[in-house]
Amino acid sequence: MKKPIISFQDVSFQYQSQSEPTLHHLSFDIYPGEKVLIAGASGSGKTTISRLMNGLIPSAYPGELSGKIFINGESVTDQTIFDLSLRVGTVLQDPDTQFVGLTVAEDIAFALENDAEDQSVLKQKAKDWAKQLKIPAILNNHPQEISGGQKQRVSMAGVLVDEGKILLFDEPLASLDPIAGRESIELIDDMQKNGATTTVIIEHRIEDVLYRPVDRIILIDQGKLVANDTPNTILKSGILAKLGLREPLYLSALKYAGIDLTQVADVDSVGKVALSASTISALQAWVKPQQARVQTMDVKPMLQANNISFSYDSKQVLNKLNLNINAGEMVSLVGRNGVGKTTLSNIITGFLHQSSGDLVLNGHSINEASIKERADHIGYVLQDPNMMISKNTVSEEVALGLTLRAVAPDEIERRVAETLKVCGLFEFRHWPISALSFGQKKRVTIAAILVLNPELLILDEPTAGQDWQHYTEMMTFIRDLNRKIGISVIFITHDMHLMMEYTDRVVVLNNGVIAYDDQPMKLFANLDLLKQASLVETSLFTLAQRIKVDPEALIASFINQEKVVQTNE
Amino acid sequence: MNNNVLIGYKQRDNFVDHLTGTTKLIGLIALSVIGMVSFDTRFLLVLTIGSLALFRLSGIKFHEVSFILSFITAFSVLNLIAVYIFGPQYGVHLYGSEHVIWQGVGPYNLTWEQLFYEFNLFLKYIFTVPLALVFLMTTNPSEFSSSLNRIGVSYRISYAVSLALRYIPDVQNDYRQISKAQQARGNEISKKGKLTHRVKAAAQILLPLIFTSLDRIETISQAMELRRFGKLKKRSWYAEKPMKRSDFAALMVIALVVVIGICLFKLNAGRFYDPFR
Repeated sequence: MKKPIISFQDVSFQYQSQSEPTLHHLSFDIYPGEKVLIAGASGSGKTTISRLMNGLIPSAYPGELSGKIFINGESVTDQTIFDLSLRVGTVLQDPDTQFVGLTVAEDIAFALENDAEDQSVLKQKAKDWAKQLKIPAILNNHPQEISGGQKQRVSMAGVLVDEGKILLFDEPLASLDPIAGRESIELIDDMQKNGATTTVIIEHRIEDVLYRPVDRIILIDQGKLVANDTPNTILKSGILAKLGLREPLYLSALKYAGIDLTQVADVDSVGKVALSASTISALQAWVKPQQARVQTMDVKPMLQANNISFSYDSKQVLNKLNLNINAGEMVSLVGRNGVGKTTLSNIITGFLHQSSGDLVLNGHSINEASIKERADHIGYVLQDPNMMISKNTVSEEVALGLTLRAVAPDEIERRVAETLKVCGLFEFRHWPISALSFGQKKRVTIAAILVLNPELLILDEPTAGQDWQHYTEMMTFIRDLNRKIGISVIFITHDMHLMMEYTDRVVVLNNGVIAYDDQPMKLFANLDLLKQASLVETSLFTLAQRIKVDPEALIASFINQEKVVQTNE
Repeated sequence: MNNNVLIGYKQRDNFVDHLTGTTKLIGLIALSVIGMVSFDTRFLLVLTIGSLALFRLSGIKFHEVSFILSFITAFSVLNLIAVYIFGPQYGVHLYGSEHVIWQGVGPYNLTWEQLFYEFNLFLKYIFTVPLALVFLMTTNPSEFSSSLNRIGVSYRISYAVSLALRYIPDVQNDYRQISKAQQARGNEISKKGKLTHRVKAAAQILLPLIFTSLDRIETISQAMELRRFGKLKKRSWYAEKPMKRSDFAALMVIALVVVIGICLFKLNAGRFYDPFR
C-alpha cells in the first residue's frame, strides 16, 4: 500500500485570536500523485487547512493545534515554514500580492535568491522555468505590464523552481477573469501530468475546477469533514447546495428537467456525462422556445455617455464610446482586465476626466460637475471596501456622507436607520467595522452610498471573494433594491452567473468601444463575442450542443427556472 | 485634468540610469551631507546648478514630478517664513554684523544678513530636492537593495527599503482612489474647500490608506516567508550589477566635490561664507 504524502490525523485547531476552534477532529490522507480539491463555503476552515500544510500556521497565525499532521512522513510540528516550503509550494490567492520581485525573472528566482544561489544559477533557472511555463518573452517585464493569466504562470514558476513534491493552490480562481481562470486550471493539470507532483486545490468554485478532472473532493463545513470521495459520487449526492456551494450548471439543468442524477453516469464533466435517449428527450422537452423580449420604446435614458474618449500615457483607452443607461436598469459591464471598465466608471463619477465627449445626466450635461455634485446622483462602490471605510462604527460610516452635506441631525438619524434596515445591518449599527466580515464591510460601503439616495449605483466586482451563499444574499439584496426603489445599477464584473441571472443587459467593452450591448443569453451563445469579453462558454452551452437544441433557448429556460426557484425560496 | 503621473522607478536608458544603485546612494548621501553642513553660498550655487543639470540629464520629465514639487515648494516657503518668525535676528547673530533694510517692530526688522542666511537655506532645498528625485526615479529598487546589502546593510532592511520604494506608486494610487471616494461622499478636498476643512479631510483619508497598506504588507510578507525569505544569513540578488568604469568615475567626482567642500571650511574658517566682512 502507498504511504500518504499528506496525512491529517484527528486535527483540531483554534486561532489564538478566536474563542472557538476553526477545525474539529479532521482526518484525511492524500496520496502521492493525487489531485485533490478541498472545497467549502467561506468560513468553513478550508484556508486554515492550507495554512497548516504550508507552515503559515504557526509562523504567521499562532494558535492551538491538537492531533497530528504529517507531510512526507514527517510531523509538521518539527519543521519550520522554510523546511516546509521546500516540500509544499504554495500559490496564493492573489497573484498581484504574490509578486515579490520587480520583474518576472526576479520573481521566479526569488526562492533561490533566499537560498543564496549564485547569480548564474538564478538566471539559468529563471530562464528554464519561464520556458516551461511558456512565458519566456516576458522575463524582463514588470508585474503591471502583464495579464492576470501570465501573473498566475509567474507565481507557479516561482514555486516550481523548488521542485517540491506538493503544489498547494489557495483559491487560484479568485482574482482571474474566466478565460485566465480556465487557462490556470489547464496549466495546473498539465503540471500535474508532467511532474510527479501532488496537487491540492482549495476553491469553492467547483464547476470551474472540474473543467479538468480531479481525483477526489474533500468537502469541509464549519470545520468538519463532511465528504471525502470521487467527484462523481459527491455530485450525485446533491450535498453541495446544502453546504452553500454552487453545483455545476449543467447538473442543475438536468435536475430542472426532472432527471434523477443518481441514474446518470459520469456526472463530473459536461463533455462526458452520459445522456441516454430518455434523458435527452426530457431535456429537449424542458427547453422552451423563447420569444424575443419586447423593448418598451418610451424609455428615457438616464445617463448618456456620448463620444467619450480617454487616453492614458499616450495610450487610447476609450475611443468615442457611446453608452446609454436607462432608469431602473440592471446592466453588466464586462471586458478583459485593463480594457477600461474602471476608467469608464471613473469618468462617469468624475474621478477622471474624459479627453473629449459629453456626459449627460437626466438631460443635463455634467461635464463640469464636481465629484461631490455627481455623487448626489451617481453612487460608486469600489471593489475593496477597505478603501472606502474611514469611520469606526457602522452607523458613523453610513452617516458620513450626510454629515458632510450638513443634513439636520434628526434627519440623518432617520435616513441612516432606514438604510441600515434595508441593507440588513441595523443590528450591527453600533459595531466597530473592524469586527465585520469582508462581505459585511462591502454591505456597509453600499449602505454608505445608498444613504445619499443616488439614482444610479455603480458596483465594482460586488461579488468578488464571496462564496455562493453570501453571493446570493448580496445579489438578492441589490435586486430587491432595484425593484423597490427603482435604482439603476451597473455591475463591473467577470461573473457570468451574475450577468445571466441578475441583469437584463450586458455591455461588452473592447478596443475602447462597446462591442456588444444586448441580452445576456445572446452573448452566451456567441463564442466570438465571449472571447472578446474574456469570458468562456458555460457548460449550458456545451450541454445544448450535445442535445442539439438552440443554446440561447436552453440558457433562457435555465435563467427563467432559476428565477422561479429563487422567488419560491 | 488631474491625471498626474506617479513618482517611481522607470527604465530611462541614459548615463544616470546605468550607474549602479551603490554609486547613486553614496552620491546622494555624500552630497546631501556636505551641502547641508556647508553655508558657503558659492559652493551651494555650484551644487545647485550641478544638481539641476543632473536632473536634466536623467531624462525625468517635469510633468512627472510637478505634483510633488508643488508640495515641496509650499513646505519650503512655509519653512523659510517660520525660520524668520522664530529667529528674525539669527542672520545678524551668525554673521556678526547688521545691515538693516527695513526697520520693523521689536526684533522683527529685515536685515541683509537674515535674507542672505535664508537664501542659503533656499539653495539647500533646491539642490537636494532634484538630487533625491533623481535617485528615487532612476534607481531600480531591487538593484538598489542589492547595493545596500553590498555596502553592509542587512538584507532584510535592504529588501524592506526596496519594497517601500516599489510600493510608492501603488500607495499613491490608493491615496488618489481613496481621496476621490471621500470626495464623492462629500469630503471637499479640492481647492473649493476651506483650508482647515481640507486638512481635516486629508486626515480622513489616512485611516483607509493605512489599513489598505497594512493589508498589503501582511500578504506580501507571508508570500515572502513561503518562499524562504529570511532563512539564511545572506542571500543572492538576481538584479545585482557589477561596478563599472563610469561608476568609479562618478564616485571620483563626488569625492572631489566633498573634498572641495571641506577645503572651503578651512578657507572660510568655519561653515559660513561671510560677504559682510
